[in-house]
Amino acid sequence: MSSYIPNTDADRARMLEALGSDSVDQLFEVIPAEKRFPALKLPGPLSEMEVKTLLRGLSEKNADLDHHPCFLGAGAYHHFVPSVVDHIIGRGEFYTAYTPYQAEASQGTLISIYEFQSMVCALMGMDVANASMYDGATALAEAGLMAARATRRYKLIVASTLNPGYRRVLRTYTQGIRMEIHDLRRDDDGRVDAVQAEELIDGETAAVVVQQPNFLGCLEDLAPLSELAHQRGALLVVCVDPISLGLLKPPGELGADIAVGEGQSLGNPPSYGGPYVGLFACRQQYVRQMPGRLVGMTTDAEGRRGFVLTLQPREQHIRREKATSNICTNEALVALAAATYLAAMGKAGLHQVAELCYHKAHYAAREIEGLPGYERVLGDFFKEFVIRTPVPPAEVNKRLWERGIIGAYPLAADYPELTDCLLFCVTEMNSREQIDQLVGALRGIGR
Amino acid sequence: MEPTDRKYTKGHEWAKLDEGLAVVGITNYAQEQLGDIVYVELPQLGDALETSHAFGLIESVKAASDLFAPVSGEVVAINEDLVDRPELVNEDPYEGGWMVKVQPEDEGEIEVLMTAEEYAAYLQTLE
Amino acid sequence: MEPLLIELSSPGRVGFSLPSLDVPESELPNDLVRDDLTLPELSEREVVQHFTRLSQLNFSVDTGFYPLGSCTMKYNPKLNEDVARHPGFAQIHPRQDQSTVQGALQLMSELQEYLAEITGLPAVSLQPLAGAHGELTGMLVIRAYHLNRGDDDRHTVLVPDSAHGTNPATATMCGYEVITVRSDHRGNIDVQELDRLMDHRVAGLMLTNPNTLGLYEEHILEVAEIVHRAGGLIYCDGANMNALLGIARPGELGADVLHLNLHKTFSAPHGGGGPGGGGTAVTEELRAFLPIPVVGRTAGGGSDGGAEYYLDYDRPLSIGPVSSFYGNFGVMVKAYAYLRSLGGHGLRTVSENAVLNANYLRQQLTGYFELPYDRPCMHECVFSGKAQARLGVHTLDMAKRLIDLGFHPPTVYFPLIVDEALMIEPTETESLETLDAFVAAMRQIAREAEDAPELVRDSPRTTPVGRLDEVGAARKPNLKWQA
Repeated sequence: MSSYIPNTDADRARMLEALGSDSVDQLFEVIPAEKRFPALKLPGPLSEMEVKTLLRGLSEKNADLDHHPCFLGAGAYHHFVPSVVDHIIGRGEFYTAYTPYQAEASQGTLISIYEFQSMVCALMGMDVANASMYDGATALAEAGLMAARATRRYKLIVASTLNPGYRRVLRTYTQGIRMEIHDLRRDDDGRVDAVQAEELIDGETAAVVVQQPNFLGCLEDLAPLSELAHQRGALLVVCVDPISLGLLKPPGELGADIAVGEGQSLGNPPSYGGPYVGLFACRQQYVRQMPGRLVGMTTDAEGRRGFVLTLQPREQHIRREKATSNICTNEALVALAAATYLAAMGKAGLHQVAELCYHKAHYAAREIEGLPGYERVLGDFFKEFVIRTPVPPAEVNKRLWERGIIGAYPLAADYPELTDCLLFCVTEMNSREQIDQLVGALRGIGR
Repeated sequence: MEPTDRKYTKGHEWAKLDEGLAVVGITNYAQEQLGDIVYVELPQLGDALETSHAFGLIESVKAASDLFAPVSGEVVAINEDLVDRPELVNEDPYEGGWMVKVQPEDEGEIEVLMTAEEYAAYLQTLE
Repeated sequence: MEPLLIELSSPGRVGFSLPSLDVPESELPNDLVRDDLTLPELSEREVVQHFTRLSQLNFSVDTGFYPLGSCTMKYNPKLNEDVARHPGFAQIHPRQDQSTVQGALQLMSELQEYLAEITGLPAVSLQPLAGAHGELTGMLVIRAYHLNRGDDDRHTVLVPDSAHGTNPATATMCGYEVITVRSDHRGNIDVQELDRLMDHRVAGLMLTNPNTLGLYEEHILEVAEIVHRAGGLIYCDGANMNALLGIARPGELGADVLHLNLHKTFSAPHGGGGPGGGGTAVTEELRAFLPIPVVGRTAGGGSDGGAEYYLDYDRPLSIGPVSSFYGNFGVMVKAYAYLRSLGGHGLRTVSENAVLNANYLRQQLTGYFELPYDRPCMHECVFSGKAQARLGVHTLDMAKRLIDLGFHPPTVYFPLIVDEALMIEPTETESLETLDAFVAAMRQIAREAEDAPELVRDSPRTTPVGRLDEVGAARKPNLKWQA
């Protein structure tokens, strides 16, 4: 019997006796005999030691970022995670609890969510933030749905500079319902085309959806977009990189009505794409249109401060088919990691991380564009930038990998006009030595 | 006994004619069923209500119900007090807890609703 | 109670240590630089103390019995936590070249195979990030299937009145109108009503088996026959799969689509509300519609020196991606470790013990609480607190009293079709001693409801806060601190 099951044969015999049953099998007689007890063709059981060895073996078949310099971003980022984070989320009292439905027995989770909400609001300059969405892509898709609910309009104008994966998930989410999605092209600087924005945004538009810094790394000019959208009764949805907000103006200050983002970079490893955490915030007036959970502060009968899940009638377990979303389980533990990260970094730490990213990325960009054959294309950027390469991007990456470097993201599949381009990402994790090593390798490859 | 100066629906809304306008709210029974009301979502001025269609939403901590229009017409006033004090619907459903005033398209729609007496009898049938 | 971070903050304190800038500075985009950022300022020691103290305010599986119905709060093996943290799993980037992450792809590919074997549904996507996300994926797959056949007249979905709230919410997100199907007096879906409602306009039925009453659907094969005859498909909510591992395969019971909860059934922890894993399994007929990408394996087995496992994007009928990348990979590692620890036979013992434990509780509490559907249950049992409510002690009161007695309460007021419902799911990882202690506590509360109702109504008393003012919280929402 597995070490995870405490009861012995003697225990089971006692229980069966209480039930007046002869065997456990009897409990399953309601299932048609021909369908009952299929023999599962699965590998046999392993001891703890064997599982550890097996899993270490599998993990060692992967090239990891602890051992290789990496210049990939494009929606998942390699940032520093202080040791405190893993120790906090590794506490059983946090990670083996359920959703805090019984408030009196869940104040730890509830307070940490309230703190997460507060810090996401501070970071984004927004009025309210929820307890988390699944990831950046689904947060963005839900923002599109929410904009439609709030405006009772069914047209979204979506920047082509928004993460292409997010754009696809938005289309997946809206395929069964009334929603028109129009792509808003980019200009030569890699930013939203202001002229086309003027043409596309009209009195039927629910929202304009943009990313800051955008997928190509560039810094958008949001003020005119915000003005245009609001003039025509549409909302502005902005998708952000939370690390950039250590340095850059928050979406709330730039006119966003709904701000979303991928929160992975706040204290979570890249983990091959998940678990991540979707950040979701909006202006106060739209709070009842929000998807997901919210924690609020209140008091008990003796006036002591306490925290509860609140505004629950928006949610599926009460409103069922009329809920604002079907989301139930979210990414609480990843949000806790983000809260712990933000608490440890504080305002000075986050600012320093953002500045390190900015300066190192600009140093790398300057060095690379100084190489013969390499050219930086598009405008001002934060920590990611686009380089046109003298040999095909796939070839560049292959040859970087021969030197043990995990290269950059090829843009061909998403942006055919940038077929010969790579999207580089530089963070505080890339030392000058690594950057110089990259530049040296690129010089050799371009020759 | 409910006030006799107005008419009632099976969905527990009431409508009262007042100087040519239809004032609309929910009944005492409805507010009791919902419990402590925490939020009332009302239409905007100028919105057109359609009989039997949802025009708003009322929430308690554990439930949310649509509000159904007892009469068609244009919204000419909404009870702004409910924004900050939704509890008015609990405390005073027939006066301070009114929700919207509508310019009715057809006053006859109200005439055919239940009287206070008929509504009381209807409540009896609900246990 | 523990103060908030912002109240502990003191200007100038730092809880981090970062390397200094080792490259020349560049000019900042000054018009885009923010003026202020109001985050707390604490030392590292204070951060650790704060969150550790918060953790101690929680009830958790690691600290006690957590029989929360429908949530499968089983023990979360520590081994799983350790292996998921290997740098070769945690520190790999989702955009890395596939040749450099073959171990990850192999794990995903094998997990897909295992889940297919367990469910009897051959095609699996691991991309959905939670149960409800798997539902969304599954229902979009059903929609895509009908449309692909040119069958565009199906606008409704049937959902039993006992269903989880996520089911109707999901159907709406997919553009379907929801029609509710009644349950019969034995807690099964009402077959006659189903037969009457099922026609060419219905895309499918969303079904939970065992259902939310903890009862096996006695007419499942007939239900499937009715739905399939009319051209509909069956979506099976796998939230209750802990009853069926190695006991029966939903695919052989008529399910066309099933989502699994890696964080319930397959022992990954709930994390206080996520992350989950909502892997979704479908019939061969529906394979083409699964989200992109799925993990594929080359026929040659990589013998030519190429990569053996790959991400398959070439699926023109796919509903598209449902999340940023490939799913909650970290959660998959935990589920994989669990499956390898147990093996096929071990899985069957999981469900056997889960069902035995639940029936034992059902039997031990019968007579103390009303049992609305009196027949053997599967992995959970649902009582009604109606008798106690008549004494003025409601299910909520009893739940709070249980906290004082050292137990997490069961799920309460769900399913909606049972008045004053108490939904108890012990799972297989609890000992007989724990079950007996819980039974004693529940019996004590039943007695107290008669002898000392005030005691029950005034609980909990042992928690850091008493019952909280939820009405006040909702009327004047305070959702963030004022810095």
